[in-house]
Amino acid sequence: MTTRPHDHPGEAMPATRFVLNGTDRAVTHEARVTLLDLLRERLGATGTKKGCAEGACGACTVLLDGERVNACMVLAAAVHGREVTTVEGLAAADGTLHAVQRAFVEQDALQCGYCTPGQVVSAVACIREGHAGSEVEIAEWMSGNLCRCAAYPQIVAAVQQAAAELGTPQGGASGAVQSTAPAARA
Amino acid sequence: MENFTYARADSPEAAIRAAADGAVFAAGTTELVNWMRLGIVAPPALTDISGLDLAAIALADDGATLTVGALATLNAVGTAPPVRTHAPALAEAALKAASPQLRNRATLGGNVLQRTRCPYFRAEAAGEGRMPWPCNKRVAGSGCVAREAPFDRAALFGWTDDCVATQPSDPVVALAALDAVARVQGPDGIREVAMRDFHLDQQEGGAATETRLAPGEMILGYRIPVDAAARGSAYLKVRERESYEYAMVSAAVCLDHADGTIRALRIALGSVAQKPWRLPQTEAALAGAALDEETVQAAMDAALRDARPLPGQGWKPRLAANAATRAVMMAGGIVR
Repeated sequence: MTTRPHDHPGEAMPATRFVLNGTDRAVTHEARVTLLDLLRERLGATGTKKGCAEGACGACTVLLDGERVNACMVLAAAVHGREVTTVEGLAAADGTLHAVQRAFVEQDALQCGYCTPGQVVSAVACIREGHAGSEVEIAEWMSGNLCRCAAYPQIVAAVQQAAAELGTPQGGASGAVQSTAPAARA
Repeated sequence: MENFTYARADSPEAAIRAAADGAVFAAGTTELVNWMRLGIVAPPALTDISGLDLAAIALADDGATLTVGALATLNAVGTAPPVRTHAPALAEAALKAASPQLRNRATLGGNVLQRTRCPYFRAEAAGEGRMPWPCNKRVAGSGCVAREAPFDRAALFGWTDDCVATQPSDPVVALAALDAVARVQGPDGIREVAMRDFHLDQQEGGAATETRLAPGEMILGYRIPVDAAARGSAYLKVRERESYEYAMVSAAVCLDHADGTIRALRIALGSVAQKPWRLPQTEAALAGAALDEETVQAAMDAALRDARPLPGQGWKPRLAANAATRAVMMAGGIVR
C-alpha cells in the first residue's frame, strides 16, 4: 500500500518547538533523539541527569505539561508544542530556591547528589498530585527515583517538609492526577 | 539505536495506513524506546498516535459497561473514579505497575503489548549476529538459554522447550479476570478480541507470536462488563520489594458473594505464563462454595497441581496458590 497524499510524511530530522522552563525553544534533530539527550546535548540543560537511560532510575525526571515523566523514555519529537520544566526551572528568577529544593538542603537529603535533580522534580509533582500525605505514601509515590546512596529517610523527610510548606491540594491521595501548569515558583 | 522517520497520525486510519508501510505505532514509548535501544526492533518509521482521541474513561449510561480508551495512561486508569468503583482490580493493577513517572506516559493500550522481562531476551544487541546467547524470540531457531539458566522467573504453564517467558503486565491480569474485550482496528476494519484470549502461550503461538493482534492492527480501547463480581474485584501483586518491581506472581479475582457463600468467581494469575492464566475449572468448582480460606486454598492448591515449574522454581506454584487464595479473601473483604 502506498501512502495517500493527505498523510503526513515522516521526518528523519523533525523540527521540534517547545517551551523549556518558560522559554520558547526550536531544535531540528534526528528523530531518534530522546528528550533527555536533547536537553543535555543540544540545549545545555545538564541539570537533568542520565542514569540508566532505560526508565529505571528516575534521574532524568522532568515535568511535561506539569506531569512528571522519564525524559529518557520520551522522544524529543513528541514534546512538540508542549511545556517542559527541568530542575533549572524550579528556582525563582532571583535565585530563590523552590520550597522542595530548600527542604532537600535542610534535611540533608542527598549524598553524591546525582539522583537529586530527578528527586527534586519528582517531589514537586508528588506533592502537587496529593501523594505526600504520609511517609508510606511518599515512599510509594517517590519509588520511581532510586538513590544508590540510600538517602531515602532524608528524602522522605524533605518531601514531608516541603509538602507542609506548600500545602496539600484538594482531592488528596485518591484524587485524579491533574495535569497542571508548569512548576509553581517559590 | 537506528534513526527512523517520525510522523504524527491524525486518525486511526492514517496510523494504520502508515503501519501498512512499515511504521510502528508509538504512544507513551516507555517500551518502544527500550526495544529500539536493545535492538529488539529497528523500525524504519514511527507513527505517533498519542494525539488521537482515545484516552476517555467512561461508564455507560446503563451502568453495565465500563470503557477505557487505549491511550488512557496507567495513572489515569488507576485514579479514575469509574474504574476504582466498578473495576477496582484494574485500578489496583494499573497503580502497582512501574513507577509514577512511567505511569504518566505508559498507556493501557501499550501496556498489554509489553514483552517479557526475561533478561536473556532483553540482551542489548543490534542485529542477529550480535546476540550473546540463544533466544528464540530474538533469533528464531537459536535456542532458549533461560530454559537451562539459573533464572527464577520462568513460566509455570503453557511453556515449551523453545521459550519459557512470561507476560509481565499487571493490568492484563485484571483485564482477563474482568472478561474485558479489546476493540482493535486494522486495515480490514474493527473487531473485538476477548482479553483472556488476546495473548498466546508458547504452545499456542510458539516463541515468536505472543498475541492475536494481526500486523498493522492497533488497540482502540477496552470494554469491561460491569457486574457484581467486577465491582468486588481485587488484585494482589507479590514481588521482592514493596514497590516499583515486576511480579513474582500476581492474581486478579472478581468475586460476587453473599452470606459467606461464593456466587460467582473469576480468577486470573499473572507472571506464570505468556498470557494471563485463567482458572476456569476452579472458578466453576468454587461457585456455590463457602467463602472461607480453607475451602479456597484447597481449590487453588488443586489448580496449581497442573503447573510445570522448572528446576529450582518449585516454590512458585505454592506462591501462586497462596496469592490466588489471598486475592479471593481480599475481594471478599476478609483480609486486606
